[in-house]
Amino acid sequence: MLGYAGIVTLGHAAFFGTGAYTAGILAANGWGEPISGLLAGALAAAVIGVVSGFIVLRTSGLTLLMQTLVVATLLHEAANRASSITGGDDGLQGMQVWPIFGVFRFDLFGRTAYIYCFVVLFLCWWLARRIVHSPFGRSLTGIRENVLRMHAIGAPVMRRRLVIYTISAAFAGFAGALIAQTTAFVGLGFLSLDRSGTVLIMLIIGGVGRLYGAFIGVPLYMIAQDRFSEVAPVYWYFWIGLLMVLVVVFARGGIFGLVDRLRR
Amino acid sequence: MSEAARGAALETRGLCKSFGALQVANSIDFRLERGARHALIGPNGAGKTSFVNLVTGALAPSAGQVLIDGTEVTDLPQSERVKRGLARTFQVTALFRRLTVLENVALAVCERRGIAGGLFRPAGHHREAIEEAHDLLERVGLEDEALRPVNTLAYGSQRLVEIAVSLALSPKVLLLDEPAAGVPSGESGTIIEVIERLPPEIALLIIEHDMDLVFRVAQRITVMVQGGVLVEGTPEEIARDREVRRVYLGERRPS
Repeated sequence: MLGYAGIVTLGHAAFFGTGAYTAGILAANGWGEPISGLLAGALAAAVIGVVSGFIVLRTSGLTLLMQTLVVATLLHEAANRASSITGGDDGLQGMQVWPIFGVFRFDLFGRTAYIYCFVVLFLCWWLARRIVHSPFGRSLTGIRENVLRMHAIGAPVMRRRLVIYTISAAFAGFAGALIAQTTAFVGLGFLSLDRSGTVLIMLIIGGVGRLYGAFIGVPLYMIAQDRFSEVAPVYWYFWIGLLMVLVVVFARGGIFGLVDRLRR
Repeated sequence: MSEAARGAALETRGLCKSFGALQVANSIDFRLERGARHALIGPNGAGKTSFVNLVTGALAPSAGQVLIDGTEVTDLPQSERVKRGLARTFQVTALFRRLTVLENVALAVCERRGIAGGLFRPAGHHREAIEEAHDLLERVGLEDEALRPVNTLAYGSQRLVEIAVSLALSPKVLLLDEPAAGVPSGESGTIIEVIERLPPEIALLIIEHDMDLVFRVAQRITVMVQGGVLVEGTPEEIARDREVRRVYLGERRPS
Protein backbone atom coordinates (compact mmCIF):
# COMPACT_ATOMS: atom_id res chain seq x y z
CA MET A 1 0.00 0.00 0.00
CA LEU A 2 2.75 2.43 0.94
CA GLY A 3 4.95 1.60 -1.99
CA TYR A 4 2.47 0.98 -4.72
CA ALA A 5 -0.31 3.36 -3.87
CA GLY A 6 1.72 5.92 -1.93
CA ILE A 7 -0.54 5.95 1.11
CA VAL A 8 1.48 6.44 4.30
CA THR A 9 -0.24 5.33 7.47
CA LEU A 10 0.68 4.76 11.06
CA GLY A 11 -2.48 2.84 11.75
CA HIS A 12 -1.58 -0.68 10.86
CA ALA A 13 -1.40 -1.66 14.49
CA ALA A 14 -5.17 -1.20 14.48
CA PHE A 15 -5.62 -3.93 11.87
CA PHE A 16 -2.89 -6.09 13.29
CA GLY A 17 -4.46 -5.88 16.72
CA THR A 18 -7.96 -6.47 15.40
CA GLY A 19 -6.79 -9.66 13.72
CA ALA A 20 -4.98 -10.76 16.85
CA TYR A 21 -7.88 -10.08 19.18
CA THR A 22 -10.41 -11.70 16.86
CA ALA A 23 -8.41 -14.91 16.60
CA GLY A 24 -7.55 -14.72 20.30
CA ILE A 25 -11.08 -14.16 21.56
CA LEU A 26 -12.37 -16.99 19.38
CA ALA A 27 -9.73 -19.33 20.75
CA ALA A 28 -10.33 -18.27 24.35
CA ASN A 29 -14.06 -18.89 23.99
CA GLY A 30 -13.99 -22.40 22.73
CA TRP A 31 -13.33 -22.04 19.01
CA GLY A 32 -9.67 -22.90 18.56
CA GLU A 33 -9.70 -24.10 14.95
CA PRO A 34 -6.71 -22.17 13.63
CA ILE A 35 -7.50 -21.71 9.94
CA SER A 36 -11.01 -20.36 10.39
CA GLY A 37 -9.66 -18.23 13.23
CA LEU A 38 -7.04 -16.85 10.88
CA LEU A 39 -9.64 -16.02 8.24
CA ALA A 40 -11.93 -14.47 10.85
CA GLY A 41 -9.05 -12.29 12.02
CA ALA A 42 -8.36 -11.08 8.51
CA LEU A 43 -12.05 -10.50 7.86
CA ALA A 44 -12.51 -8.46 11.04
CA ALA A 45 -9.44 -6.39 10.15
CA ALA A 46 -10.82 -5.85 6.64
CA VAL A 47 -14.12 -4.62 8.08
CA ILE A 48 -12.29 -2.12 10.28
CA GLY A 49 -10.29 -1.23 7.17
CA VAL A 50 -13.36 -0.44 5.05
CA VAL A 51 -15.03 1.60 7.74
CA SER A 52 -11.98 3.61 8.78
CA GLY A 53 -10.74 3.87 5.20
CA PHE A 54 -14.00 5.44 4.17
CA ILE A 55 -13.25 8.36 6.47
CA VAL A 56 -9.48 8.43 6.52
CA LEU A 57 -8.94 8.28 2.75
CA ARG A 58 -10.83 11.50 2.18
CA THR A 59 -7.70 13.23 3.32
CA SER A 60 -4.10 12.81 2.26
CA GLY A 61 -0.53 13.29 3.42
CA LEU A 62 -0.05 14.41 7.00
CA THR A 63 -3.74 14.67 7.77
CA LEU A 64 -4.20 11.08 6.68
CA LEU A 65 -1.26 10.01 8.81
CA MET A 66 -2.79 11.67 11.87
CA GLN A 67 -6.20 10.14 11.22
CA THR A 68 -4.77 6.64 10.98
CA LEU A 69 -3.08 7.34 14.31
CA VAL A 70 -6.45 8.33 15.72
CA VAL A 71 -8.08 5.11 14.54
CA ALA A 72 -5.33 3.03 16.12
CA THR A 73 -5.55 4.97 19.37
CA LEU A 74 -9.33 4.61 19.50
CA LEU A 75 -9.09 0.85 19.12
CA HIS A 76 -6.32 0.68 21.68
CA GLU A 77 -8.47 2.53 24.18
CA ALA A 78 -11.53 0.44 23.35
CA ALA A 79 -9.59 -2.78 23.97
CA ASN A 80 -8.29 -1.36 27.23
CA ARG A 81 -11.79 -0.54 28.47
CA ALA A 82 -13.44 -3.75 27.38
CA SER A 83 -11.32 -5.73 29.77
CA SER A 84 -13.99 -8.36 30.36
CA ILE A 85 -13.56 -9.49 26.76
CA THR A 86 -9.98 -8.59 26.02
CA GLY A 87 -8.36 -8.96 29.41
CA GLY A 88 -7.43 -5.27 29.28
CA ASP A 89 -3.97 -4.48 30.56
CA ASP A 90 -3.26 -8.07 31.56
CA GLY A 91 -3.77 -9.34 28.06
CA LEU A 92 -5.98 -12.09 26.79
CA GLN A 93 -5.28 -15.42 28.40
CA GLY A 94 -6.51 -18.98 28.27
CA MET A 95 -6.41 -19.37 24.49
CA GLN A 96 -6.80 -22.95 23.32
CA VAL A 97 -5.62 -23.34 19.76
CA TRP A 98 -6.52 -26.67 18.22
CA PRO A 99 -4.14 -28.63 16.03
CA ILE A 100 -4.07 -27.61 12.37
CA PHE A 101 -6.35 -29.87 10.32
CA GLY A 102 -6.80 -31.72 13.63
CA VAL A 103 -3.38 -33.27 13.11
CA PHE A 104 -0.49 -30.91 13.68
CA ARG A 105 -0.25 -29.70 17.27
CA PHE A 106 1.45 -26.48 18.19
CA ASP A 107 4.41 -27.99 19.98
CA LEU A 108 6.71 -26.40 22.50
CA PHE A 109 9.54 -26.00 20.05
CA GLY A 110 7.50 -23.95 17.62
CA ARG A 111 8.09 -26.19 14.64
CA THR A 112 4.44 -26.37 13.67
CA ALA A 113 4.11 -22.66 14.31
CA TYR A 114 7.08 -21.94 12.10
CA ILE A 115 5.81 -23.98 9.18
CA TYR A 116 2.29 -22.63 9.64
CA CYS A 117 3.55 -19.05 9.53
CA PHE A 118 5.74 -19.84 6.59
CA VAL A 119 2.86 -21.26 4.57
CA VAL A 120 0.59 -18.32 5.37
CA LEU A 121 3.38 -15.89 4.52
CA PHE A 122 3.91 -17.61 1.22
CA LEU A 123 0.22 -17.46 0.37
CA CYS A 124 0.05 -13.78 1.30
CA TRP A 125 3.13 -13.02 -0.75
CA TRP A 126 1.67 -14.88 -3.71
CA LEU A 127 -1.60 -12.97 -3.40
CA ALA A 128 0.21 -9.66 -3.08
CA ARG A 129 2.24 -10.48 -6.17
CA ARG A 130 -0.89 -11.24 -8.15
CA ILE A 131 -2.42 -7.98 -7.05
CA VAL A 132 0.65 -5.92 -7.88
CA HIS A 133 0.79 -7.30 -11.39
CA SER A 134 -2.95 -7.09 -12.03
CA PRO A 135 -4.50 -4.14 -13.84
CA PHE A 136 -5.67 -3.01 -10.42
CA GLY A 137 -2.09 -2.99 -9.15
CA ARG A 138 -1.00 -1.02 -12.19
CA SER A 139 -3.71 1.53 -11.66
CA LEU A 140 -2.45 1.98 -8.08
CA THR A 141 0.95 2.80 -9.51
CA GLY A 142 -0.83 5.29 -11.71
CA ILE A 143 -2.47 6.88 -8.67
CA ARG A 144 0.89 7.22 -6.97
CA GLU A 145 2.56 8.64 -10.07
CA ASN A 146 -0.12 11.12 -11.00
CA VAL A 147 -3.53 11.36 -9.36
CA LEU A 148 -4.58 14.19 -11.64
CA ARG A 149 -4.11 12.01 -14.68
CA MET A 150 -5.88 9.06 -13.10
CA HIS A 151 -8.93 11.24 -12.58
CA ALA A 152 -8.67 12.42 -16.16
CA ILE A 153 -8.67 8.90 -17.58
CA GLY A 154 -11.79 8.19 -15.62
CA ALA A 155 -10.45 6.04 -12.79
CA PRO A 156 -12.57 5.88 -9.64
CA VAL A 157 -9.59 6.87 -7.50
CA MET A 158 -11.34 6.88 -4.15
CA ARG A 159 -12.73 3.39 -4.67
CA ARG A 160 -9.36 2.02 -5.74
CA ARG A 161 -7.70 3.47 -2.68
CA LEU A 162 -10.38 2.06 -0.43
CA VAL A 163 -9.95 -1.40 -1.93
CA ILE A 164 -6.21 -1.47 -1.39
CA TYR A 165 -6.57 -0.02 2.09
CA THR A 166 -8.95 -2.86 2.94
CA ILE A 167 -6.74 -5.51 1.40
CA SER A 168 -3.73 -4.31 3.31
CA ALA A 169 -5.82 -4.21 6.49
CA ALA A 170 -6.72 -7.85 5.87
CA PHE A 171 -3.04 -8.74 5.43
CA ALA A 172 -2.22 -7.04 8.71
CA GLY A 173 -5.12 -8.97 10.22
CA PHE A 174 -3.58 -12.22 9.00
CA ALA A 175 -0.32 -11.30 10.66
CA GLY A 176 -2.03 -10.41 13.93
CA ALA A 177 -4.06 -13.60 14.00
CA LEU A 178 -0.93 -15.63 13.28
CA ILE A 179 1.00 -14.19 16.15
CA ALA A 180 -1.97 -14.60 18.50
CA GLN A 181 -2.36 -18.26 17.59
CA THR A 182 1.30 -19.16 17.70
CA THR A 183 2.05 -17.43 21.00
CA ALA A 184 -1.39 -18.08 22.52
CA PHE A 185 -1.38 -14.58 23.91
CA VAL A 186 -2.77 -11.19 22.91
CA GLY A 187 -1.87 -8.01 24.75
CA LEU A 188 -2.60 -4.32 24.37
CA GLY A 189 0.86 -3.90 22.88
CA PHE A 190 -0.54 -5.46 19.71
CA LEU A 191 -2.52 -2.30 19.17
CA SER A 192 0.25 0.09 20.16
CA LEU A 193 1.64 2.78 17.96
CA ASP A 194 5.21 1.54 18.30
CA ARG A 195 4.24 -1.43 16.26
CA SER A 196 3.02 0.59 13.27
CA GLY A 197 6.12 2.72 13.44
CA THR A 198 8.37 -0.31 13.61
CA VAL A 199 6.71 -1.85 10.58
CA LEU A 200 7.16 1.36 8.64
CA ILE A 201 10.85 1.54 9.57
CA MET A 202 11.36 -2.07 8.52
CA LEU A 203 9.78 -1.33 5.16
CA ILE A 204 11.83 1.77 4.58
CA ILE A 205 15.05 -0.07 5.39
CA GLY A 206 14.15 -2.91 3.06
CA GLY A 207 12.86 -0.76 0.24
CA VAL A 208 9.46 0.80 -0.23
CA GLY A 209 7.42 -0.25 -3.22
CA ARG A 210 9.10 -3.61 -3.60
CA LEU A 211 7.50 -6.94 -2.98
CA TYR A 212 10.65 -8.26 -1.37
CA GLY A 213 11.41 -5.15 0.68
CA ALA A 214 9.81 -6.59 3.79
CA PHE A 215 11.70 -9.85 3.43
CA ILE A 216 15.01 -8.12 3.89
CA GLY A 217 13.89 -5.14 5.99
CA VAL A 218 12.45 -7.23 8.81
CA PRO A 219 15.45 -9.49 9.48
CA LEU A 220 17.78 -6.53 9.11
CA TYR A 221 15.80 -4.59 11.68
CA MET A 222 15.77 -7.58 14.03
CA ILE A 223 19.51 -8.12 13.70
CA ALA A 224 20.18 -4.42 14.15
CA GLN A 225 17.95 -4.31 17.20
CA ASP A 226 19.73 -7.31 18.67
CA ARG A 227 23.24 -5.99 18.05
CA PHE A 228 22.48 -2.45 19.11
CA SER A 229 20.88 -3.50 22.35
CA GLU A 230 23.91 -5.61 23.14
CA VAL A 231 26.23 -2.68 22.64
CA ALA A 232 24.00 -0.03 24.15
CA PRO A 233 21.10 -1.54 26.11
CA VAL A 234 19.58 1.84 26.87
CA TYR A 235 20.23 3.74 23.71
CA TRP A 236 19.54 1.20 21.00
CA TYR A 237 16.67 3.22 19.64
CA PHE A 238 19.16 5.97 18.94
CA TRP A 239 21.14 3.67 16.67
CA ILE A 240 18.01 2.49 14.90
CA GLY A 241 17.22 6.14 14.34
CA LEU A 242 20.68 6.75 12.95
CA LEU A 243 20.37 3.77 10.63
CA MET A 244 17.06 5.15 9.42
CA VAL A 245 18.59 8.57 8.72
CA LEU A 246 21.44 6.94 6.82
CA VAL A 247 19.05 4.91 4.69
CA VAL A 248 16.92 7.93 3.88
CA VAL A 249 19.92 10.12 3.03
CA PHE A 250 22.17 7.68 1.24
CA ALA A 251 20.04 4.76 0.16
CA ARG A 252 16.66 6.02 -0.97
CA GLY A 253 14.67 3.00 -1.96
CA GLY A 254 16.19 1.01 0.88
CA ILE A 255 18.54 -1.93 0.51
CA PHE A 256 16.92 -2.99 -2.74
CA GLY A 257 17.18 0.51 -4.14
CA LEU A 258 20.86 0.49 -3.27
CA VAL A 259 21.39 -2.87 -4.97
CA ASP A 260 19.60 -1.57 -8.08
CA ARG A 261 21.82 1.46 -8.25
CA LEU A 262 25.03 -0.48 -7.77
CA ARG A 263 24.05 -2.79 -10.58
CA ARG A 264 23.68 0.07 -13.01
CA MET B 1 -34.38 13.41 -34.56
CA SER B 2 -32.62 16.44 -35.99
CA GLU B 3 -29.04 17.33 -35.12
CA ALA B 4 -30.08 20.35 -33.12
CA ALA B 5 -32.59 18.45 -31.04
CA ARG B 6 -30.04 15.79 -30.16
CA GLY B 7 -27.92 18.49 -28.63
CA ALA B 8 -24.32 19.49 -29.06
CA ALA B 9 -21.39 17.22 -28.23
CA LEU B 10 -20.70 19.55 -25.34
CA GLU B 11 -22.70 22.44 -24.02
CA THR B 12 -22.58 24.77 -21.05
CA ARG B 13 -25.43 26.96 -19.89
CA GLY B 14 -24.88 29.94 -17.64
CA LEU B 15 -21.74 28.44 -16.16
CA CYS B 16 -20.40 30.47 -13.23
CA LYS B 17 -17.49 30.04 -10.88
CA SER B 18 -15.89 32.42 -8.45
CA PHE B 19 -13.13 32.13 -5.92
CA GLY B 20 -14.07 34.74 -3.36
CA ALA B 21 -14.28 38.02 -5.24
CA LEU B 22 -12.50 36.66 -8.29
CA GLN B 23 -14.93 35.56 -10.97
CA VAL B 24 -13.23 33.06 -13.29
CA ALA B 25 -16.37 32.04 -15.16
CA ASN B 26 -19.10 34.57 -15.70
CA SER B 27 -22.24 32.93 -17.03
CA ILE B 28 -20.66 31.09 -19.94
CA ASP B 29 -22.99 29.77 -22.64
CA PHE B 30 -21.02 27.61 -24.99
CA ARG B 31 -21.75 24.97 -27.65
CA LEU B 32 -19.31 22.53 -29.16
CA GLU B 33 -20.93 20.82 -32.15
CA ARG B 34 -20.32 17.19 -33.04
CA GLY B 35 -17.06 16.75 -34.87
CA ALA B 36 -16.27 20.43 -34.46
CA ARG B 37 -12.79 21.92 -34.69
CA HIS B 38 -13.20 24.72 -32.22
CA ALA B 39 -10.56 26.90 -30.59
CA LEU B 40 -10.80 28.82 -27.34
CA ILE B 41 -8.45 31.76 -27.08
CA GLY B 42 -7.99 34.68 -24.75
CA PRO B 43 -5.31 36.56 -22.82
CA ASN B 44 -3.65 35.02 -19.76
CA GLY B 45 -6.04 34.82 -16.85
CA ALA B 46 -9.11 34.96 -19.06
CA GLY B 47 -10.38 31.76 -17.42
CA LYS B 48 -9.72 29.26 -20.21
CA THR B 49 -8.20 26.56 -18.04
CA SER B 50 -10.81 27.15 -15.33
CA PHE B 51 -13.43 26.62 -17.99
CA VAL B 52 -11.83 23.28 -18.91
CA ASN B 53 -11.74 22.26 -15.26
CA LEU B 54 -15.40 23.14 -14.86
CA VAL B 55 -16.33 21.10 -17.89
CA THR B 56 -14.32 18.03 -16.87
CA GLY B 57 -15.55 18.19 -13.29
CA ALA B 58 -12.22 18.98 -11.64
CA LEU B 59 -13.95 22.13 -10.34
CA ALA B 60 -17.55 22.39 -9.19
CA PRO B 61 -19.39 25.38 -10.69
CA SER B 62 -21.12 27.94 -8.48
CA ALA B 63 -24.04 27.94 -10.90
CA GLY B 64 -25.00 26.71 -14.36
CA GLN B 65 -25.03 23.43 -16.22
CA VAL B 66 -22.70 21.20 -18.21
CA LEU B 67 -24.15 18.84 -20.82
CA ILE B 68 -22.42 16.09 -22.74
CA ASP B 69 -24.32 14.79 -25.74
CA GLY B 70 -27.43 16.54 -24.49
CA THR B 71 -27.33 14.85 -21.07
CA GLU B 72 -26.71 16.91 -17.99
CA VAL B 73 -23.54 15.90 -16.15
CA THR B 74 -23.11 18.88 -13.81
CA ASP B 75 -23.29 16.73 -10.68
CA LEU B 76 -21.34 13.74 -11.98
CA PRO B 77 -17.76 13.05 -10.90
CA GLN B 78 -14.91 13.19 -13.40
CA SER B 79 -14.78 9.45 -13.93
CA GLU B 80 -18.43 9.37 -15.05
CA ARG B 81 -17.90 12.20 -17.50
CA VAL B 82 -14.95 10.33 -18.98
CA LYS B 83 -17.20 7.30 -19.49
CA ARG B 84 -19.60 9.53 -21.40
CA GLY B 85 -16.87 10.44 -23.84
CA LEU B 86 -15.15 13.50 -22.42
CA ALA B 87 -11.34 13.41 -22.48
CA ARG B 88 -8.73 16.08 -21.92
CA THR B 89 -5.04 16.77 -22.14
CA PHE B 90 -3.17 19.01 -19.73
CA GLN B 91 -1.49 22.35 -20.29
CA VAL B 92 1.52 21.12 -18.32
CA THR B 93 2.19 17.50 -19.22
CA ALA B 94 0.61 15.23 -16.64
CA LEU B 95 1.75 11.69 -17.31
CA PHE B 96 3.01 8.77 -15.29
CA ARG B 97 6.55 9.94 -15.65
CA ARG B 98 8.41 6.84 -14.53
CA LEU B 99 6.26 4.39 -16.48
CA THR B 100 6.88 3.57 -20.11
CA VAL B 101 5.03 5.22 -22.95
CA LEU B 102 3.13 2.01 -23.60
CA GLU B 103 2.12 1.62 -19.94
CA ASN B 104 0.83 5.18 -19.89
CA VAL B 105 -1.50 4.48 -22.78
CA ALA B 106 -2.37 0.95 -21.63
CA LEU B 107 -3.54 2.22 -18.24
CA ALA B 108 -6.04 4.46 -19.99
CA VAL B 109 -7.14 1.64 -22.31
CA CYS B 110 -7.74 -0.60 -19.27
CA GLU B 111 -9.84 2.07 -17.60
CA ARG B 112 -12.00 2.50 -20.67
CA ARG B 113 -12.47 -1.22 -21.11
CA GLY B 114 -13.47 -1.49 -17.46
CA ILE B 115 -10.82 -4.07 -16.66
CA ALA B 116 -8.67 -1.76 -14.54
CA GLY B 117 -10.26 -2.93 -11.30
CA GLY B 118 -9.34 -6.57 -11.94
CA LEU B 119 -7.36 -8.10 -9.11
CA PHE B 120 -6.12 -11.43 -10.34
CA ARG B 121 -5.40 -11.81 -13.99
CA PRO B 122 -1.96 -10.30 -14.63
CA ALA B 123 -2.07 -7.08 -16.63
CA GLY B 124 0.31 -8.56 -19.19
CA HIS B 125 -2.27 -11.17 -20.14
CA HIS B 126 -4.74 -8.60 -21.42
CA ARG B 127 -3.33 -8.78 -24.91
CA GLU B 128 -6.14 -6.91 -26.66
CA ALA B 129 -5.59 -3.91 -24.40
CA ILE B 130 -1.87 -3.86 -25.05
CA GLU B 131 -2.34 -4.19 -28.78
CA GLU B 132 -4.81 -1.34 -28.76
CA ALA B 133 -2.28 0.78 -26.90
CA HIS B 134 0.29 -0.07 -29.57
CA ASP B 135 -2.09 0.98 -32.35
CA LEU B 136 -2.71 4.29 -30.63
CA LEU B 137 1.02 4.96 -30.39
CA GLU B 138 1.31 4.30 -34.09
CA ARG B 139 -1.33 6.91 -34.72
CA VAL B 140 0.78 9.58 -33.06
CA GLY B 141 4.00 8.21 -34.51
CA LEU B 142 5.56 7.01 -31.26
CA GLU B 143 5.58 3.26 -31.85
CA ASP B 144 9.37 3.18 -31.66
CA GLU B 145 9.40 4.81 -28.24
CA ALA B 146 6.84 2.45 -26.72
CA LEU B 147 9.14 0.90 -24.13
CA ARG B 148 10.96 4.03 -23.03
CA PRO B 149 10.05 5.67 -19.73
CA VAL B 150 8.08 8.82 -20.44
CA ASN B 151 10.50 11.09 -18.60
CA THR B 152 13.30 10.23 -21.03
CA LEU B 153 11.30 11.54 -24.00
CA ALA B 154 11.66 14.98 -25.56
CA TYR B 155 8.96 17.34 -24.35
CA GLY B 156 7.33 17.48 -27.77
CA SER B 157 6.96 13.69 -27.76
CA GLN B 158 5.51 13.81 -24.25
CA ARG B 159 2.82 16.12 -25.59
CA LEU B 160 2.01 13.43 -28.18
CA VAL B 161 1.79 10.80 -25.43
CA GLU B 162 -0.77 13.07 -23.75
CA ILE B 163 -2.84 12.98 -26.91
CA ALA B 164 -2.48 9.20 -27.25
CA VAL B 165 -3.58 8.68 -23.64
CA SER B 166 -6.70 10.75 -24.17
CA LEU B 167 -7.47 8.95 -27.45
CA ALA B 168 -7.32 5.67 -25.52
CA LEU B 169 -10.55 6.77 -23.84
CA SER B 170 -12.40 6.75 -27.20
CA PRO B 171 -13.63 10.27 -26.63
CA LYS B 172 -16.49 12.02 -28.39
CA VAL B 173 -15.19 15.31 -27.05
CA LEU B 174 -11.51 16.03 -26.67
CA LEU B 175 -10.30 19.10 -24.81
CA LEU B 176 -6.74 19.96 -25.78
CA ASP B 177 -5.34 22.38 -23.21
CA GLU B 178 -2.49 24.16 -25.00
CA PRO B 179 -1.23 21.09 -26.86
CA ALA B 180 1.83 22.96 -28.16
CA ALA B 181 2.71 24.80 -24.94
CA GLY B 182 6.39 24.63 -24.08
CA VAL B 183 7.30 22.82 -27.27
CA PRO B 184 10.14 24.19 -29.38
CA SER B 185 8.78 25.57 -32.66
CA GLY B 186 10.55 22.87 -34.67
CA GLU B 187 8.46 20.18 -33.03
CA SER B 188 5.11 21.94 -32.93
CA GLY B 189 4.60 21.05 -36.61
CA THR B 190 4.36 17.36 -35.72
CA ILE B 191 1.76 18.11 -33.07
CA ILE B 192 -0.32 20.13 -35.52
CA GLU B 193 -0.19 17.25 -38.01
CA VAL B 194 -1.32 14.76 -35.39
CA ILE B 195 -4.21 17.01 -34.41
CA GLU B 196 -5.23 17.49 -38.05
CA ARG B 197 -5.28 13.72 -38.52
CA LEU B 198 -7.56 13.04 -35.53
CA PRO B 199 -10.76 11.21 -36.49
CA PRO B 200 -13.38 13.69 -37.76
CA GLU B 201 -16.11 12.32 -35.48
CA ILE B 202 -14.27 13.57 -32.38
CA ALA B 203 -15.28 17.09 -31.42
CA LEU B 204 -12.14 19.07 -30.59
CA LEU B 205 -11.88 22.06 -28.33
CA ILE B 206 -8.39 23.51 -28.50
CA ILE B 207 -7.20 26.02 -25.95
CA GLU B 208 -4.13 27.58 -27.44
CA HIS B 209 -1.88 30.62 -27.58
CA ASP B 210 -0.10 29.55 -30.74
CA MET B 211 -2.07 31.44 -33.40
CA ASP B 212 -0.45 29.38 -36.16
CA LEU B 213 -2.04 26.28 -34.76
CA VAL B 214 -5.38 27.95 -34.05
CA PHE B 215 -5.82 29.39 -37.52
CA ARG B 216 -4.63 26.20 -39.22
CA VAL B 217 -6.90 23.81 -37.35
CA ALA B 218 -9.94 25.68 -36.07
CA GLN B 219 -13.17 26.21 -38.00
CA ARG B 220 -14.67 28.26 -35.19
CA ILE B 221 -13.06 30.41 -32.53
CA THR B 222 -14.36 31.63 -29.20
CA VAL B 223 -12.59 34.49 -27.49
CA MET B 224 -12.70 34.69 -23.70
CA VAL B 225 -11.91 37.75 -21.62
CA GLN B 226 -12.15 38.06 -17.84
CA GLY B 227 -14.18 34.92 -17.33
CA GLY B 228 -16.74 35.64 -20.03
CA VAL B 229 -17.20 35.02 -23.74
CA LEU B 230 -16.26 38.14 -25.71
CA VAL B 231 -17.15 36.93 -29.17
CA GLU B 232 -17.46 33.76 -31.24
CA GLY B 233 -17.10 33.29 -34.97
CA THR B 234 -15.18 31.86 -37.89
CA PRO B 235 -11.43 32.50 -38.00
CA GLU B 236 -11.97 35.23 -40.61
CA GLU B 237 -14.53 37.01 -38.47
CA ILE B 238 -12.28 36.79 -35.41
CA ALA B 239 -9.25 38.08 -37.29
CA ARG B 240 -11.30 41.07 -38.47
CA ASP B 241 -13.00 41.81 -35.15
CA ARG B 242 -11.77 45.14 -33.79
CA GLU B 243 -12.55 44.34 -30.17
CA VAL B 244 -10.58 41.09 -30.36
CA ARG B 245 -7.62 42.82 -31.89
CA ARG B 246 -7.71 45.40 -29.16
CA VAL B 247 -7.79 42.99 -26.20
CA TYR B 248 -5.91 40.09 -27.60
CA LEU B 249 -4.18 40.18 -30.91
CA GLY B 250 -2.32 43.21 -29.67
CA GLU B 251 -3.11 45.87 -32.23
CA ARG B 252 -2.87 49.42 -31.02
CA ARG B 253 -5.90 51.56 -31.63
CA PRO B 254 -5.41 54.05 -34.42
CA SER B 255 -5.03 57.33 -32.61
